[in-house]
Amino acid sequence: MEHLYEMLKQVDGYIYPNEIELHWGILIVLYPYITGLVAGAFILASLERVFKIKVLRPTYHLALLTALSFLIVAILPLVTHLGHPFRAYEIMTTPQVGSAMAIFGFVYLWYLMVVLLLEIWFDYRHDLVVWADQSKGFKRRIYKILTLGVTDISPKALAWDEKLGYIVTVIGIPSAFLLHGYVGFIFGSIKANPWWSTVLMPVIFLLSAMVSGIALVMFLYMIISWIRKVKIDMACLDEIGKFLFMVLILDFTLESLDQVHRIYEAEESFEILHMLVNGKLNITLFVFQGLMGTIIPLVILGLFRMYLPKEKIRIPMYFLVSNLVLFGVFFMRWNVVIGGQLFSKSFLGFTSFKLGMIGAEGFLMALVWMIMPFLILSFILWLVPPWKKHSE
Amino acid sequence: MPPQLKTLLPLLAVFICIFLVARHFLIPESFGKYGHYRADSMDETAAIPINYVGKEACAECHDTETAKLASDLHSVLSCEICHGPGALHVADAEKGILLKPGTREFCGTCHSINPARRTEVINQIDTKEHHPEKDNCIDCHNPHAVWELKE
Amino acid sequence: MGTERINDTRRNFLRKSAMLAGTLLATSVTKPFTAVIFAANQPDKTKPWYGIGIDIEKCIGCGNCAKACKLENDVPKEPFYFRSWVEQYAIKNDGTVKVESPNGGIDGFTQTVAAEDIFKTFFVPKMCNHCAKSPCTQVCPVGATYESPEGIALVDDKYCIGCRYCIQACPYGCRYLHPVKNTVDKCTLCYHRIKKGLSPACVEVCPTGARIYGDLNDKEGLLNKFLKEHHCHVLKPNLNTGSKLFYNGLSAEVR
Repeated sequence: MEHLYEMLKQVDGYIYPNEIELHWGILIVLYPYITGLVAGAFILASLERVFKIKVLRPTYHLALLTALSFLIVAILPLVTHLGHPFRAYEIMTTPQVGSAMAIFGFVYLWYLMVVLLLEIWFDYRHDLVVWADQSKGFKRRIYKILTLGVTDISPKALAWDEKLGYIVTVIGIPSAFLLHGYVGFIFGSIKANPWWSTVLMPVIFLLSAMVSGIALVMFLYMIISWIRKVKIDMACLDEIGKFLFMVLILDFTLESLDQVHRIYEAEESFEILHMLVNGKLNITLFVFQGLMGTIIPLVILGLFRMYLPKEKIRIPMYFLVSNLVLFGVFFMRWNVVIGGQLFSKSFLGFTSFKLGMIGAEGFLMALVWMIMPFLILSFILWLVPPWKKHSE
Repeated sequence: MPPQLKTLLPLLAVFICIFLVARHFLIPESFGKYGHYRADSMDETAAIPINYVGKEACAECHDTETAKLASDLHSVLSCEICHGPGALHVADAEKGILLKPGTREFCGTCHSINPARRTEVINQIDTKEHHPEKDNCIDCHNPHAVWELKE
Repeated sequence: MGTERINDTRRNFLRKSAMLAGTLLATSVTKPFTAVIFAANQPDKTKPWYGIGIDIEKCIGCGNCAKACKLENDVPKEPFYFRSWVEQYAIKNDGTVKVESPNGGIDGFTQTVAAEDIFKTFFVPKMCNHCAKSPCTQVCPVGATYESPEGIALVDDKYCIGCRYCIQACPYGCRYLHPVKNTVDKCTLCYHRIKKGLSPACVEVCPTGARIYGDLNDKEGLLNKFLKEHHCHVLKPNLNTGSKLFYNGLSAEVR
């Protein structure tokens, strides 16, 4: 409890006495961030499948597997953050329908089981059957289990794979929008908190999710190509850059609209939010999220729309852009989650937040949660490499 | 029917069945009796033992003090404002020792001068300047009958 | 034959529409616009439905309510956990507002603004508003916090998962995470006392009678008398929480 006494000294102005401790820390920053990466990566994959943007083919499977790896992890920081993690099942057994959070368990399961796993399964079933025949021992057994015993690879069955997979993807697009728009609603529906309570919040969360997910696939595609020592498909990378640019413009516009609206309406909470933005959040909002995460990527990608430099310049630039966007969106989540708790609901003062290194809510733990999806992805890529697919 | 669905649909059915069975056993018995919550939790909250017993409980033994208190300005006060919660004392008079404060600081929580206090509601005194030769307020004032001054 | 049938359906349709319109009109006459101040709905008028009244003009800021609350309900002693606390407001001549609540007011108050700078100053005791449309119980994902039939917002500490969404949703800062139980904790209006016919601890120890609690369904009761005789306000009425904590003499500066 020492840290609370320390924070008590740093209180600025007046806050309600129960408000000294921030209840949602770094783990809850990670939750919308990771969920957003899932939704964004999935939407990129569906661009290829449903909207027939064939130039994106090289990243289709990667985007799907990325979404899966991150979705598996997405729920873990949330559960470990609970005061009673072993009671988490209650959210499934007695969901309180009035709560924005209650449906999360079902949305999550729907998205994981019905959308992502099914789409990947339909996509890989043919290969799983072939691989099970070709490999030996342990790996063979895993492939066998993954086929779920459906080993029919007649052209008719394969046509069904294609057809059913397509249907699942079409269902998947609104599901991805639902998953992340809904995460935004968890924050946007809290009328007690003027920093969160905006009808634009789900839309902003969704667009920034798409931005971050696209940037993540871009980043991973470059890294994996580099590790595998294969040539990057520049047409594909340029296309991803184009979509990133487009969604980034939309995201930037809506977030700006949100701020302009707040400034112009200047409601009761305006003064305290003004102080928050210019004080405790000025670096993370203006420099990290605004300049580095939005403006610089926009300028670079915008220039590429007018003039495409040589590959040698474009590749490091795309790498830089994807990293900046990932960094910026993380701080967008930070500014929402942490920023929304720094000011008192009395609008008369601020508490402070210091990220500790160790502990369940510390920086190192957050790092573990952030590295874990990459490890899972490496494993999945080893098990079901998209570049060894039979159909490719 | 495609062979894929022949496997997937039964799997889904099994999954839903397992969920429904688990749900049946995991929901507490009294859940949903009045609303979307565990009705027993209200009884559990109601069963928490009390600590503040109220003036009537004090009066059962301490009738002289209660009578005296009723005679003066402190008549509306509950005994436990100054003496602290009395449940332990009622259960065992030896163990549940009650407070007997009467310092300038303690009386000052109500009676020290503060512009936020209305003079028509409470008598206020400069707790530092008022008879500095005495240590505590109760050296002169009887807290049960404040205008019955000693000496 | 064909036209006949069409005519028949059309007549039926017209008749049904007229009936519907008539019913709507009749209901709107018998049950006109039912807007209630503070829009607090009282579910069952035959059973008690509790509210609280606080008279700011009578509060002397002794902090006994906050102290008794902690002792009665085993609230952790550290100054980060309060079910009930008192704030001291000082509005200065230059228009600025200074609010303080050292240790929730448990140790009493001293005036920190010089007397010549004070425009006005007063105490505001705070506690759970036991809202009729409580934003905190609305967001609980599992049904671990709820409004009891008596209109009291309670927490089921055997069922709470500790997600703290309700803490975020309470506009009044009345909830905290219990550091030992790891579940959310809040004012119960001393449910264990009022069920035994006793008054809540904070009401019991108030030396000036600044706090009352009572049954809003009892039109002759103490609380309704208080509401009739004073000009009462609730905190943050713009949020439409249906607060049942009514203040007499509440200044507009108080949030």
